[in-house]
Amino acid sequence: MKLPVKMTINGQSVSHEVEPRFLLVHYIRETVGLTGTHVGCDTSQCGACTITLNGQAVKSCTLFTVQADGANIMTIEGLAKDGELHPIQQGFWEKHGLQCGFCTPGMIMLAVQMLERYPKPSEEVIRHQLEGNLCRCTGYHNIVKAIEWAADKMAAAK
Amino acid sequence: MYPASFEYHSPTTVKDALGLMGKLGDDAKLLAGGHSLIPMMKLRLAQPKHLIDLRNVPGLKGVKEDGGTIVIGAMTTWYELETNAIVKAKCPIVSETASIVGDPAVRNLGTIGGGLAHADPAADMPATAIACNFEMVCEGPKGRRTVKVDEWFQGLMSTALKEDEILVEVRVPALAKGTGAAYLKFPHPASRFAIVGVAAVISTDGKGTCSKASIGVTGAGTKAVRAKGVEAGLSGKNLAGAGAIEAAAQKGAEGVDVQADLQGSVEYKAHLCRVFAKRAVEAAAKRAG
Repeated sequence: MKLPVKMTINGQSVSHEVEPRFLLVHYIRETVGLTGTHVGCDTSQCGACTITLNGQAVKSCTLFTVQADGANIMTIEGLAKDGELHPIQQGFWEKHGLQCGFCTPGMIMLAVQMLERYPKPSEEVIRHQLEGNLCRCTGYHNIVKAIEWAADKMAAAK
Repeated sequence: MYPASFEYHSPTTVKDALGLMGKLGDDAKLLAGGHSLIPMMKLRLAQPKHLIDLRNVPGLKGVKEDGGTIVIGAMTTWYELETNAIVKAKCPIVSETASIVGDPAVRNLGTIGGGLAHADPAADMPATAIACNFEMVCEGPKGRRTVKVDEWFQGLMSTALKEDEILVEVRVPALAKGTGAAYLKFPHPASRFAIVGVAAVISTDGKGTCSKASIGVTGAGTKAVRAKGVEAGLSGKNLAGAGAIEAAAQKGAEGVDVQADLQGSVEYKAHLCRVFAKRAVEAAAKRAG
């Protein structure tokens, strides 16, 4: 039996009827059509599907859509404002924080939460916070630099 | 991946949730943070016909103090435990253990009640639960009862929680003065689960002699267990003495039904039990002073 769900995604209200077993990542990608959120391992380990749900980074492959009823969600598509990249996106550009780009949306969404919780993170904090986001290209080195770059940029803008 | 179809229920009181469990019986599973159950459902290792989501039940979340006991609502997330001021002040090992469960996204949703009721053999908190002597408060149709941690873990993903009960609260004794505690693990590099993890709570008489030791081991076997051999080996010993901790830690795998798996052989995991028993006891003893 399908159930009605209503939530806000990147500031837009959306409502649909979904099967209870329909995972949030599939809802975001297939029903709402926002394909920036990726399905990587599909086993809650790689973090490519990371979004924020009521301000907290979560793996959208490990939530049923019905659990997000009423939630406020942000995906990678919601970060840039008026065509201007978010400082974290810009950091990944400046510091070459990606190669193939598959993990990047999840990395960036996790970094959004990270810099809210730890505005000036040490390298150790960055690496500990990234433990649930796997990258097979970069060796993480430039991802760490990208987040450090964004932290400085965001601190300077305050 | 698509789990098998199920019906979704979202009760708003513990009583309604218990009513649904009574009506649906074996076909129903409780959903807390979902970070163990949903992956199992996706792999179709679990195919419940009904899910009873506890997220809208008020009163199951949060931390409060009751005398010398920290009372943790079962739906309290790992991140909340990681950052909670009461837990950090009164029993910091619980915060520290919570802070290395899974990864930040897992900790935002995963709960202490879900974790302890699921009893994954490689979960972190069971070791700390044993070392700290947690008590689990279960609510069923006939009311509440309290289960001590030594009776809680019964086997592979099996606990003393009955099918018609909900784990509603976890009670954690605050650490006494002169007591130090530490949880250390050898994590799987992708999942962060403990290949082996050891929690140690050590009390000293102020002169370096161990008056009480409480040690929990997770990861190596089918369930978390108390390392009684290590506890006995430490009790009454001067921990500053050469080799005292080392000798006791040699019993780190005693009583553990060490299982070989993709992560390692029986011999390798038993070795990790001894190594991490030593490191955890050393860290706890240092904090005990």
